[in-house]
Amino acid sequence: MSPPLAISVEGLSKRYLLGHNAPSADRDATLRDGIVHGAKDLARKTRDMLSGRQIVQGDTVEEFWALRNVAFEIPQGSRVGIIGRNGAGKSTLLKLLSRITEPTSGRIAIRGRVASLLEVGTGFHPELSGRENIFLNGAILGMSRREIQAKFDEIVEFAEVNRFLDTPVKRYSSGMYVRLAFAVAAHLESEVLIVDEVLAVGDAQFQAKCLGKMKDVADSGRTVLFVSHNLPSIAALTQTCVHLSGGEVDFIGPTGEAIERYLGAGASAALQYIRPKDAKPSALEVSALTVKTSLPGNIQVNGEQFEVLIDIRAGKRVTRACLSIQIFDAEQCNFVHLWCHDLSFDTANQTAYKVRCVTPRLRLYQGKYRLRVFLDEPPGGVHFETIDGVCPFEVVMGDNSRLFKWWPKECAYIEDAQWTSSAISATVKEEAI
Amino acid sequence: MARSVRSCAPPTAPWHAVRATIRCTPHQGRVDPGRSRTVSTQTLVIEAGRAERHYWRDLWRYRELFAVLAWRDVAVRYKQTVIGLAWVVVQPLASVLVFTIIFGKLAKLPAPAGVPYALMVFAALLPWQLMSSSLTSAAGSLVGNSGLISKVYFPRLIIPVSAVMVCFVDFAVALVVFALLMAWYGLLPPPQVLLLPLFLLLGFAAAIGPGLLIASLNVRYRDFRMLVPFLVQFGMYLSPVAYSSTVVPEQWRTLYYVNPAASVIDGFRWCLLGGEAQVWWPGFGMGCAVTALLLWVGVRQFRRTERNFADMI
Repeated sequence: MSPPLAISVEGLSKRYLLGHNAPSADRDATLRDGIVHGAKDLARKTRDMLSGRQIVQGDTVEEFWALRNVAFEIPQGSRVGIIGRNGAGKSTLLKLLSRITEPTSGRIAIRGRVASLLEVGTGFHPELSGRENIFLNGAILGMSRREIQAKFDEIVEFAEVNRFLDTPVKRYSSGMYVRLAFAVAAHLESEVLIVDEVLAVGDAQFQAKCLGKMKDVADSGRTVLFVSHNLPSIAALTQTCVHLSGGEVDFIGPTGEAIERYLGAGASAALQYIRPKDAKPSALEVSALTVKTSLPGNIQVNGEQFEVLIDIRAGKRVTRACLSIQIFDAEQCNFVHLWCHDLSFDTANQTAYKVRCVTPRLRLYQGKYRLRVFLDEPPGGVHFETIDGVCPFEVVMGDNSRLFKWWPKECAYIEDAQWTSSAISATVKEEAI
Repeated sequence: MARSVRSCAPPTAPWHAVRATIRCTPHQGRVDPGRSRTVSTQTLVIEAGRAERHYWRDLWRYRELFAVLAWRDVAVRYKQTVIGLAWVVVQPLASVLVFTIIFGKLAKLPAPAGVPYALMVFAALLPWQLMSSSLTSAAGSLVGNSGLISKVYFPRLIIPVSAVMVCFVDFAVALVVFALLMAWYGLLPPPQVLLLPLFLLLGFAAAIGPGLLIASLNVRYRDFRMLVPFLVQFGMYLSPVAYSSTVVPEQWRTLYYVNPAASVIDGFRWCLLGGEAQVWWPGFGMGCAVTALLLWVGVRQFRRTERNFADMI
């Protein structure tokens, strides 16, 4: 029995009218031209007004389809991301789903109450205090007064603005403002939650909190629709993605594939290091370095396969080489060392080699990392080269199972362990250990 | 053409290989006896040009938002002021003073016997201030709340009506001041003062009808914003605020009472002062009819254009 559909969209389209002004060289060269132009404008606007059409500023009007024939279905309880370039129609789609604007054609069916977060701090009034704004914002987002009262302490704690509750919001720092705004929104209770890029607020600590809260929301069986440009957070939060391109649905399916389609040809660019033309030549050189993370777009999921491909070119004859790779973070702390110290090749026969290093389960904790590669002869020999700080990638925690949130810098890596427990008898015995 | 959904295998949400078609049969949500809200299992359908059947029910559901927005407008007014609420008292008193001096003493406009000119003017200013400030607040409310309209869904009718609530607060305070003034003159209101709420309601309806109309037109064509100060200014001279409606000559009476404010002000004077201040009932009937018409037109226009507010604002 398949789960019921929370959202079903068929043939959805939205059209806007754009006005264009004639090129300025042609307009209004003489006073007569100016008057004629003004009169024509007035006539056109009056005609539009009388026939009930929208008035558009400009000389010519063009139709612009922000969305065209979009269709998809979202089962209840799923977490879906919507990705696409700027102007692909993501925000328009969210506005249509939130009933803020009406479609030009097509149909949406939504089951359950919808709560939309299209902007942080909607309706906040700068003159009112933090406490008053919590009630105001909560009411605007659809919470009843009783609900807000019940969750008031949680909201204040989440936002960490206890001392400043009674000062007018215009005195808040921008960080406090967005924390308060998100805290109210984070406690919405509805069957469907629609979030538009509002996670990009606050410091890293707070972003982790927000992401964790979103995961809680999704885990509680609610349907979450999430729009973001931040691909790692989309990867961490969603299982399926809708990729919009130019107002049309390009792809619906697993997040990894959708991200790949979104990034397109540029997907591997950032993860590839190509030896620059002016680098010092060496007997053995790294001509290219490619990192294959478990998800496209430089995103590696903790616990999944990580691959490094190194292209080596030999200028002179080399019999033995040692290759090692270090993975380090933004603070230059080295975390992982991978090495192969017996690369042997007889470079008389071949001049280019491809070396592949696969880590079946990369246990690194979430964070941003880069690579450093050393190429040497065995100790006592020549050092060929070092490539430093290339191929940046980000590790995100996958869907795995932990009750508590993942805080930044909580640990270096995730280790496997086996846990056993057994009951101890009630009489106290001293045992030699 | 609808896209078929590809099947894949994430553990928690299986996609269908075959697209299911949704037939819209909105079924009622179950009512949980322990809670006052329905547990929503209702299906909402959004389509172009579809009349929103649940609109009036939505309005009831969002009644708390209405209260919050009204409270917000009132609370914000006097933040960071020193004497705060006292300003609400000063304004009507100042108007009455100016009117009494200019129109009563200098221009010597007649007042009905037994009633001081100041009271006659005040009794008219009460509904007039309510109506004119309601019209002004309602007309500008949509554009003033454009942030809300473009980001959140709720029935937009709430905005102009909540904007008017501030004017009611002012009215209540002014009414108290009026009562004090009457006590100072040693006059008692006649028994028909109990009918005052009816005329109050008529005044509210007479202001909100045009208010909604202008507000919805203003979203599209910003010229309408300029119209309101004109209406208010001419309206004050066309309504019996500074003078009694008895001075209007017979042949113009019918036309005069097309202005609904005339009937409302007459009614207020009759209820509060009694005596010679009378209501001309045919005129009152016409005022009611005009009010009803304006209200119907206003609400209809508002509802029709409401869906496109977010695109145009």
